[in-house]
Amino acid sequence: MSLVYSEEQQLLADTAAEFLMAKSPVTAQRKLRDEGAAEGFDAALWREMVDMGWSAIPFPEALGGLEFGCKGLGAVFEQIGRNLSASPLLSSVVLGGAVIELAGSEAQQAAWMAALIGGDKRVALAVDETPRHDPAAVALRATRAGDGYVLTGTKAFVADGLGADAFIVAARTGGQPGEQGGISLFIVAADAAGVQVSPMKTLDSRNHATLVLNEVRVGAAARLGAEGEGFAALDAALDRGRVCLAAELLGATQSLFDTTIEYLKTRVQFDVPIGSFQALQHRAAWCYAHLQLARSTVMAGLAAMDDPTLDAATRARMASLAKWKAGDAAHRISREAVQLHGGMGVTDELDVGLYLKRIRVAQASLGDGDFHVQRYGDLSTAEA
Amino acid sequence: MSTLEDFRRETRAWLEANCPASMRTGMPDGELVWGGRTVEFKTEDQRLWFERMRDKGWFCPDWPAEYGGGGLTPEQNAVLESELRRLRCRPPQINLGIWMLGPVILEFGSEEQKRELLPPMARGEIRWCQGFSEPNAGSDLASLKTSAVDAGDHFVVNGTKIWTSYGDKSDWMYMLVRTNPDVPKQQGISLLVVDMSSPGIEARPIDLISGKSSFCQVFFDNVKVPKRQLIGPLNGGWTLAKALLQHERRAMSKFGEFSLPTHFDLLSIAGTYLPAQAASSPADVALRQRAYAMAMDEMAYSLTAQRMGEEARARRNVSGLMSIMKLVHSEQEKDKFEVLVDVLGHRALGWEGDAFEPQELALTKAWLGSFAQTIAGGSSEVQLNVIAKRVLELPEGNSGKQGK
Ligand SMILES: Cc1cc2nc3c(=O)[nH]c(=O)nc-3n(C[C@H](O)[C@H](O)[C@H](O)COP(=O)(O)OP(=O)(O)OC[C@H]3O[C@@H](n4cnc5c(N)ncnc54)[C@H](O)[C@@H]3O)c2cc1C
Repeated sequence: MSLVYSEEQQLLADTAAEFLMAKSPVTAQRKLRDEGAAEGFDAALWREMVDMGWSAIPFPEALGGLEFGCKGLGAVFEQIGRNLSASPLLSSVVLGGAVIELAGSEAQQAAWMAALIGGDKRVALAVDETPRHDPAAVALRATRAGDGYVLTGTKAFVADGLGADAFIVAARTGGQPGEQGGISLFIVAADAAGVQVSPMKTLDSRNHATLVLNEVRVGAAARLGAEGEGFAALDAALDRGRVCLAAELLGATQSLFDTTIEYLKTRVQFDVPIGSFQALQHRAAWCYAHLQLARSTVMAGLAAMDDPTLDAATRARMASLAKWKAGDAAHRISREAVQLHGGMGVTDELDVGLYLKRIRVAQASLGDGDFHVQRYGDLSTAEA
Repeated sequence: MSTLEDFRRETRAWLEANCPASMRTGMPDGELVWGGRTVEFKTEDQRLWFERMRDKGWFCPDWPAEYGGGGLTPEQNAVLESELRRLRCRPPQINLGIWMLGPVILEFGSEEQKRELLPPMARGEIRWCQGFSEPNAGSDLASLKTSAVDAGDHFVVNGTKIWTSYGDKSDWMYMLVRTNPDVPKQQGISLLVVDMSSPGIEARPIDLISGKSSFCQVFFDNVKVPKRQLIGPLNGGWTLAKALLQHERRAMSKFGEFSLPTHFDLLSIAGTYLPAQAASSPADVALRQRAYAMAMDEMAYSLTAQRMGEEARARRNVSGLMSIMKLVHSEQEKDKFEVLVDVLGHRALGWEGDAFEPQELALTKAWLGSFAQTIAGGSSEVQLNVIAKRVLELPEGNSGKQGK
């Protein structure tokens, strides 16, 4: 398990950096926000990302993918984080694609993979219902009706839900909220009767939605995987998303850190650069140390996803470690960045605030720190 | 010439055949083997492991064979280290000479000094101590005062060193002395090596809060030191000292990897001492959560150590990573023991006797010992100064010199 990017992965990162800096710098995100872009991303830019092959990176060749691994994806997400670039890469490709790859039948894969990879359709993963992420807490019910199911309930915080062609919905066909057993996965078309999607305007100006399913009927063919046994595939897909999101957090944090160090060197007070004050130097040095720790865990998380010799629990632990530590470093450093910029730090004019807001949302998405600490500990002690 | 993969295979086979099973566990308290004139073994396995590694030249595997080393290339050495880690082999001995002084002699010593000083070091025959700090020169090491005055074929040394770990048990000391008081402080310092049995040296132990007295104050009263024991140029010792401190930081962060002196596994201790999840109070839940987070931070640290190795092998600049290792490890250890003491509750408050388990008493001592780690070898504050200035290149201020 290697913790550094290979030459090919580094090349991919460099290409992504160049592309995003030219096509999707932070000013572009600011513009999307100011215009109130409904889907929160630029469709033309998304098309270019697809054309560059990013949406094919993680999938096996048999499914039309490049088989380039999560490490390759991570290299791209780090650059996405640096530029705060919005796109449905995480929601539709990494998460949606993983569920269909891991749980879908051949027919379902044939129906969806090419369209997802080609960017012709996009799906959104609808898991969370409670204020904090917890995939086992699913309560939305799916009851058998004839040879299909009827789904009723509400999903919140569905990333890139507005404008999605379909939703992958985690629903309860058995058991109680809090249990992993009894969760089934369905693919539900956005235009099915009883589906209602409304915006949830979040502080990072990305596309989040509330999804209400009101007696939505789906056929048996809409179920991904065996009834009541959807949790494992769901969680494995979420883990891929978690490490990619951790890489995005890392990139955003690195960018914020670099900007802040630059500010410490140039801002003069009391006739000296503020970076010469020891009180600030020590805080900057600690930020650097946490950033390095976070980078190691993100690399390990990405590598774990790509390592077929690891068991599911080990992969899950490494994903939790990466998401937790990247979130932890991002949290510390974004708070310090605002403080060290003084009054400028709280203005909308500087990008610092945009990073702070995106980081806060990414931290809470797919499991916050408390969630992942508990998960890591439980998985570690269950093993022993 | 065998390939690196062959070397890995041979090394693995050799270690599996030669490292006794009892040397493949975490290091219990008091089981360190210190090399030296009077090396002591508690078990036969300790002796076997010591002798086999010594005879293989693997106390210092990457030193040239002509000076008693193993003659391995950096790549082979990295393979050996990873194989040692894989088998969880204990270090066969602890020897400050090999970790810190040896590399400095290799870089700066004369040919004669290399031939004289390195081979016995490489066989673990001399136990070394470090005479840097003085009562008024700690972080501000360059202000040291112990003097060495030129007396023809030898120096005469007078003064005192403090916080000398194992000063009373060591055979030789490497020390910084002032050889010119009339120039800016960094420019009048030299590095000497001194036989601790020389007349005029006295080492007095100092008790620590953890009870152990590995610490000494060492007094020098007209001690004669032959001139050939000056390492590097006269008054040129500061450069050597800085190189040596780099090796010290690396060695101290390695302590973590080898899990010295006693490894306490947070997750399993939390599992043993905290009530089962179902029977947990909200306070137990919160404490368990803290223990888990701490274990994750430990994991993040060891992954960073691993990444540093990989980046170095990929020939990337790792000085930034290297600079955080000592800081992070020592601060994490301190935090970890705080959590452990909380987890053990009253069971962590023992000092001695049968009312407490040996493991509990060891943990308490380790907690008290952990306070020293963020001071020894350059305090955390000084590490932060170094990171800020050398890695982040923040401007020099008047609010704190770089220090040790
Ligand atoms: C376990 C242990 C083993 C040791 N072993 C040895 C040994 O074998 N040989 C040896 O020579 N020495 C040894 N030392 C000494 C050690 O190197 C010094 O204790 C250390 O460098 C700090 O110096 P000091 O104790 O004089 O503290 P001081 O320098 O007096 O520091 C006091 C406080 O001020 C802070 N401070 C000082 N300067 C600055 C600055 N510029 N900016 C910000 N904060 C600052 C420090 O961080 C600390 O918190 C050992 C120490 C310990 C604890």
